[in-house]
Order: sequence, then structure tokens, then C-alpha cells
Amino acid sequence: MRVIGRRIIQLVVVFVVVTFFTVLLISLVPGKPEIVVIPFDNPQHTQRAAFRKENNLDRPLVIQWEKWAGKFVKGDFGNYYQSTGTDPVAKRIKSSAPVSALLILYTQVFSLAVAIPVAIWAAYKSGSRLDKLLNATAFAFISLPAFAVALILGYFLGVKYNLLPTSGYVRITDNPVEHFKTMVIPVLSLSLGQIAVYMRLLRSDLVSTLQEDFILMAKAKGISNRRVLWRHALRPSSLTLLTVAGLSIGTLIGGTLVVEVLLGIPGMGYLIGQAVLARQYVALQSSVALIAIVFVLLNFLIDYLYTVLDPRIRERT
Amino acid sequence: MTTVPPEVSPLGLTLEAAPHAAAESTATRKKGLGIASWLAIAWLTIMVGSAALADVLPLKDPNAGVAPKRFAPFQSGGPILGADANGRDMLSRTIYGGRISLIIAVCSILVGLFIGGFLGLLAGYFRNWLGNILVGLFDILLAIPQLVLALSLVSVLKGDPNIPEGFHLPIILVLIIALGLVSIPILARITRASTLSWSQRDFVTAARAQGAGHGRILFREVLPNVAPAMFSITLLGMAIAIVAEGGLAILGVSVEPPQSTWGTMIATGKSELDGAPFILWIPIAAVFLTAVSLNYLGDVIRDRFDVRESAL
Amino acid sequence: MTDLTADPAEIVEPADPAVGEVLLQVTDLSTSFTSDRGTVRAVRDVSITLRRGRTLGVVGESGSGKSVLARSIMGLMPSNATRTGSVEFGGVEILNAPPKAMRKFWGEQMAMVFQDPMTALNPVLRVEQQITESLHEHLDLTKDQAHDTALALLTSVGIPEPARRLRMYPHEMSGGMRQRIMIAIALACGPKMLFADEPTTALDVTVQAQILDLLQALQRDRQMAMILVTHDLGVVAGRAHDIAVMYAGQIVEQASAEALFARVRHPYTEALLKSIPKLEMAKHTRLEAIGGRPPDLVDLPVGCKFAARCPYAQDRCREEEPELLPDPDDASHLVRCFFPVSVAASAALQATAPVAGEELA
Repeated sequence: MRVIGRRIIQLVVVFVVVTFFTVLLISLVPGKPEIVVIPFDNPQHTQRAAFRKENNLDRPLVIQWEKWAGKFVKGDFGNYYQSTGTDPVAKRIKSSAPVSALLILYTQVFSLAVAIPVAIWAAYKSGSRLDKLLNATAFAFISLPAFAVALILGYFLGVKYNLLPTSGYVRITDNPVEHFKTMVIPVLSLSLGQIAVYMRLLRSDLVSTLQEDFILMAKAKGISNRRVLWRHALRPSSLTLLTVAGLSIGTLIGGTLVVEVLLGIPGMGYLIGQAVLARQYVALQSSVALIAIVFVLLNFLIDYLYTVLDPRIRERT
Repeated sequence: MTTVPPEVSPLGLTLEAAPHAAAESTATRKKGLGIASWLAIAWLTIMVGSAALADVLPLKDPNAGVAPKRFAPFQSGGPILGADANGRDMLSRTIYGGRISLIIAVCSILVGLFIGGFLGLLAGYFRNWLGNILVGLFDILLAIPQLVLALSLVSVLKGDPNIPEGFHLPIILVLIIALGLVSIPILARITRASTLSWSQRDFVTAARAQGAGHGRILFREVLPNVAPAMFSITLLGMAIAIVAEGGLAILGVSVEPPQSTWGTMIATGKSELDGAPFILWIPIAAVFLTAVSLNYLGDVIRDRFDVRESAL
Repeated sequence: MTDLTADPAEIVEPADPAVGEVLLQVTDLSTSFTSDRGTVRAVRDVSITLRRGRTLGVVGESGSGKSVLARSIMGLMPSNATRTGSVEFGGVEILNAPPKAMRKFWGEQMAMVFQDPMTALNPVLRVEQQITESLHEHLDLTKDQAHDTALALLTSVGIPEPARRLRMYPHEMSGGMRQRIMIAIALACGPKMLFADEPTTALDVTVQAQILDLLQALQRDRQMAMILVTHDLGVVAGRAHDIAVMYAGQIVEQASAEALFARVRHPYTEALLKSIPKLEMAKHTRLEAIGGRPPDLVDLPVGCKFAARCPYAQDRCREEEPELLPDPDDASHLVRCFFPVSVAASAALQATAPVAGEELA
């Protein structure tokens, strides 16, 4: 329990520092942020004045943070300014965030579903030509960025053979079939690198696990190979996999943003991309803060899961 | 059974291979550089060489239309790698674009290496309050997904060129600062892990017993041993930076015309997917081959110096 | 005799030999491994006969091939191993039988107790799962039946509070407890043959005798055949019916325990005996270590493999390899030596081992 308590304190510190950084972002804008954010104000500049007041830009940073955090926890993420009108950022995030979350979820599930059996196979056949081929392929995929895969797949699956849509998004509640069709290219784009990372790590972890005495012992019990591999070998390695899955979420978030922009999927990446182009720093600030908070929470959760899954660690906590 | 969490970089590269992968390959790789290593070195040499000599090489102006629009590559009577949607020479554009991509990647990782490496050395060597504070700092820097952090820094720092007031940093410098800052915690953590193990070895204790100061021990005893790990991570980091620049370009925050990078070539070329996809394939191939070469060489160095073993 | 290598589909269930009948017949078994350095000849031309209810002690230094012998008989081999010769179990030839066929034997007919329970038990599975999985696999028990059997097994290996222990993970127990768990796992399906590969080496001295006594009692009660592999002649003294001494992959001396301890014939066995501490020795008596190292199994010397370390070695020993031949006085006592010694060891040894056990227990 004390360990968890300490982790929660750490968590709070990280939250404070990270959000402080996002609040600082606006002050880092060269020149006057209100002019950058609202280039189309009325002659009296009432909007810009309101913007300065709303974000407490004339007050000390600590106050800015305090006011910002107060609004943020209440779900007030500031405003998005356009020549056509002003609307709340929260509304945009509310429609974008689930899209990205779904994309990341699909990617993780698909990546693990492919990587685990392939890694087990490669580890079981370690040293064979097949193993070497799989390893080399994985190595290449690690160096192939998600945006490149998205473009290549978009070209072959979309343009050339016209099998799948290359852009756009359909909600699962609107049309499940179309929803999955629009998700194929983005999920594959993001997955290839993930699969390669998981596969390489899990394979080498399994190769060393398979040398362990307890594997020989399991074999000596006369249980099936499948059971030896999936239960006795994979179970200890799953902890490594969990750690990597946690660490790679950061990568995945980055990749998702880029792929969303490339394939016109209205998720957080698309929102951030638009916000950057339109210099909507409040929207950027809130989105970044939200992503960082989710990311930190996920890592915290994985740390916790780790202690639950590994009986040796669990005992110490 | 090792349950040491492997280090994973922002773009999905594993920075430490597992022990067995390394052990299996050391026997074969120790004999000499394989053909793959030489290919990687050759490719990087060509890229760096052509980027350095771009101004003296007989290249066409990368920003002038010199051929029919969307002229396909490898056809007689035109540029060897074809021409883009504005009739600009793709070979010339790839070399000039690569120059900026490489400058950004190399400089940002050098920033990260000097700051991150130094902090990592300190954090690994001083296992007291200083080490703890530094580790906490790395954790905080890692709390924002790396690309998101770089993106927010670049988009804010670059400001709006249409607004005359205020200062504007050159965009290349902004990219170097942002990607450098992002790479600090990664390079620092690897350096720290390696330093941790080396500074516990007997020869360090011996040096301390002889009355050597911290600075001397750190830079004369520990640093030479940690250097291979740092070098390996530097190569991997450059690959990451090149890819990251591509991502930032697609998100709309890289260099502005007339300058271009491989990333902006991809970002602007994506509209050509329907008609002339080679305009995309060429910069994508350049990014991929450069990243794969850097990753491979980083891997080879790591295996040769048993970086993994010492990092634990 | 059925040859399992012929067709895995036609697996013949091994017959159940009665007590005293020959269960295991190993003939000219050789095992080698391919490695970067060349072929490692770990076991050469070993022949063994083992009856139900009997214990064979296989004794030798580390690297003598004794553990490889046990695994070769059982068939738990890595992919770079080659075995030749013959292993008949219950009248069925099992050498080089496909793994699928061997799974019928592993756990069910023959089981192994490994050296180190810390590494041989899966750290992330509960004890119950590790015991019951072979019950499910071989005996097709339901969950409740398997649970009850597991409880009974833990009781039979002397574990208090078995219900609580079943829910534990290996790391939550002491070394002796863990080894008892491993024995329970090995015995789960009631095997006819038990291999104990240095079962006490990784344990505290204080629990070694308890574990050995437990193994002996279980072997007697269940009338199993047992191969007890050890580097310590003291361990097999009073526990094994027969003893085979191994050196450099070969058996150098083989006899009933009685005959062997009455008159040790091979210089290597003699050297092993001298390296055992005895209670009646004065404090701080130097134990005689065997000088030199065992030969390289990749590049074996000509002549007797022990000649380089043998105090009695003569020119002939370095040129010609002795065969494993019956002792002229006792045809059941086999010795691989041109110039056998004749040392009575029984008095000294039999006084030590059990006493040491009792005192420490």
C-alpha cells in the first residue's frame, strides 16, 4: 500500500508539472498570443481583450495555472476561435477523443493478436531460417514509419485496387461494416511497427525463458507443447510484454496523430493538426494536457497491473 | 528470468535488444562487419556526402521547374528520378531535402546527447538526492508523448510569420531545439543505466581509493566505458529524429517553402497519391533506408560492445 | 518388443511389470551434442538394467554425464542431441520415439525430480496448477478430483497445511518445501519410474537428509524404480540397491551397493570415497580432492579416460582403453580398469551417511 501511496504522490507531481508546461505554452508564443490566436477581431479588439482576461494572461503564471486547472477539471477546455464564430474546445475534444481511443485500442489488440503467436512460433523455432526471416522482417518494419505504411497501403488498397476507403471515418453506431472498413488502413499502418517491436522483444524473452528449468520440468510432465509454450513460457514473458505495451503507448499516440491527419480521420490528431494550422493554442494546450494526463494514467495503471500479475512483486507491495 | 523493462523510444524502436538476441549474434558479428553493415555505411555515406556537397554537385535547382510536371523516373530525356507536380527535379530535391533532414536529425540528437548524456552520467553516478531529482526530471519529460511534446513546442515557438511583431526563431533551429529537448530524457536514461553498472565496478572503486575526484572518475574511468552505449543510442536517436521530422511535417509544423525536407516532400506529395505516387515513394524510400541503416548500425555497435549486458 | 519410432499412431501402452520385473533396459546408450566446438560425447555405451522397486545410484563428478544419462533415458533432449543404442521401458523401445509418443510416458510412466526447485518450478503459476496440470492431461480428472488428489499428494510428501500451500506460489516457500512440491508433482500420476537428478544439491544441508529419506520411503511404498543421480557417494550409501559410477560419459564401475562398498575396485571410485567427509575424522582433516579436471568431452584422450588423474596409471592405461569387465571374484561387479584397486569402504561409509542424516534432521 505504501508503494501505491508513493506512486500517487508522484502522479500528482507529474500532473502539476505537465499541466503547468501546457499553461506555459501560450506565454511561449512569440509576440502577443491574442493576436496570433484571434487574427480577425473586430476593430475594438473586444474578443482579444476577452481572450487575455479569460486566460488570465496579465496575471502571474501560478495564477494562470490555478485558474486553468480549475476550469479544466470542470470540463471547460477554453474556446476555439474561427472567423465564423467561437465554439468550446471541449465539444471538439468530445467528438475527437473517442475516435483516437478506438483507433489505439484496435491497434493494440490487433498488434498483440498477431505478435504473440508469431513470437512464440519464432522462439520455438529459434535459430531456424524462418526465425531469421521473421526477425529481419520485423527489423525492417521497425524502421518503416507509420505514415509511410499509411501511404503505401492507401495507394495499393485504396487507389490501385480500390478495396478500401483511403480517408474519412464512419462511426460504429452509424454503420459497423463501413466503420471497420475505414479503420483497416489506419490500424494496419499503426500496427506493423508495433507488431515488429512486440514480436522481437517477446521472441527474445521467450527464447531465454525456454532455456529455463521449469520449461524442461513442464515437458517432463508430458503436457502438450502448446500448453508448455502458452502457459509455462508465455506467462512469465507476458510481464515484459505488458511493460513494452505500456511504453509504446506514447509512440502509438504520436503515430496516431500523424496517421489521422494523413487519412483524414477526425480524431485528436486531426484536431491538433487543425489547431496548429489555425494557431489555436488554447485548443492545443487542452488537447496536449488531456493526452498527457491519459498517458500518465495509463502508465500508472500498467504499473499497478504489473504488481498484480507478477506474484513475486505482489508480495513485496 | 529478466523482468527489466526494456527501453522503448518514442517511435517504437527498442533501444535494448534482449540478452539472447545479442548473445546469439555476437559470435558471428565479432568476426567482422557483415555485408549488411557495409551496405548501411555505404548508404549513409552517399546521403551525407551528397548533402554536404549538394552545392558543388551538378544538380539542377531544387526549386525551379526544369522538366515536364510529374515526369516519371527512369525515363530517357528527363531527370533520372523524375519531376514533381511543379516539374522540379526529384533527385535534386531529395538531396537538398535530405540535407535539411539530416542537419535537423544530427543537431537535435547532438543537443540531446550533450545535455541528456551529461545528466544521465550524473544521475547514474550520484545515487543520492541529485540522482533522484534527475530521474524525476526524466520521468516528467517522458510524461508527454514525445511527438506531442515536440509538436507543441514547435508550433508555439515558430509563432506566426505573418505577424511582424515579436521575434521569430529560424524554423530549423526551432525543430532542433524541440527534437533535442524530446531526446534528452531518452538518451539520459540509457546513459544512466549504463553508468549505474559501470560505476559499481571495481576499477572505479580503486580509482576512488586512490583519491581521484568525481570529475576525473566520471570522465576518465566511466565515460569511456559508457561511450559505446551512448554512440549506439545516438544512431538510433538520429533515425527516430528523421522519422519524427516526417511526422511533424505531416502535422504541418516543419520548414516552409522554399526550404524542404524529406518530411515536407511527403506532406506536400500526399496529394499525388492518385496520379504520380513516385513523388511520394522517393522521399519515403530515403527516410526508410536512412532509418534502417542507422538502426542496423546502432544494433551492430550495441552487440559488439555488449551494451545490453553493461546497461543492466 | 514394439518400436515406437516406426509409427506414432500405433502406440502400444507399456505393460505393467510386477515388482521385481525388469522395467528399464538400457543397452549401449550413447548421447552426443553438436556444438560450435565439435561433437560433445556426453554419454558413451551405457548399459543399465533396472527392476521395479529397485534404486540405482548414478554417481560422478559434474560433467561426468550422469545428468545427461538420466535425461537421455527419459528422452528430454534438446534438438542438437543425438542418441544411439536402445532404451526399453516396460518392454517398449522408446529411444528416438517422437515427442508426441513420449508424452504418454512423461509424467504418467516416468517422472523427474530436478536439482533446483527454485528454477524448476514455474515462478508465476500457483502450486496447485503445477500439480494438477498433469493430472488433467494424463488421468482426465475433473477439477475437484484433481484438487483432492493434489491435497493427498502434498500430505504424502509431508507438507503441513496442504490446502493453504496449494494456493501459494513457489517463491513463498522454503527450499525444502519447494523440493517436496516438486516430488509431489513428479508423483502426481503415479509413475513407475522416478529419476531424481541431484535432488538435494540445491538444498540446505539440514533438509537434504529429510528429502532423501522421503524419496526412499515413497519409492518403497509405491514400488517404483528409481535412478538417483548424485555426485556424492554418501547420498547413495544405504539408499541405492545398485550403484553405477560414471566418468567422462562412461560407467567405470557398476555393482550392487553391498558389493561396491565391500570392495571398491576402480581408482576413481576410490578417489570419490576419499573426498567424502567422515564423522570420525579429526576436525580440520584435509579432504582429498581429486587432482586435475575431467577430460574434454569434445576431444577425448586415447586410453583410459581417468589415466591423467589416476595415481596408479601405467603406460598401458594411456594407450589402450579398458573395457567394462566383470571382476574375476564377483561376476556382477563390473570394472573398467586394467589395474583395479581393492579397498573396503563399507564400514567407513555406512557409518557416516545415515548418522549425518539423523543428526541434522
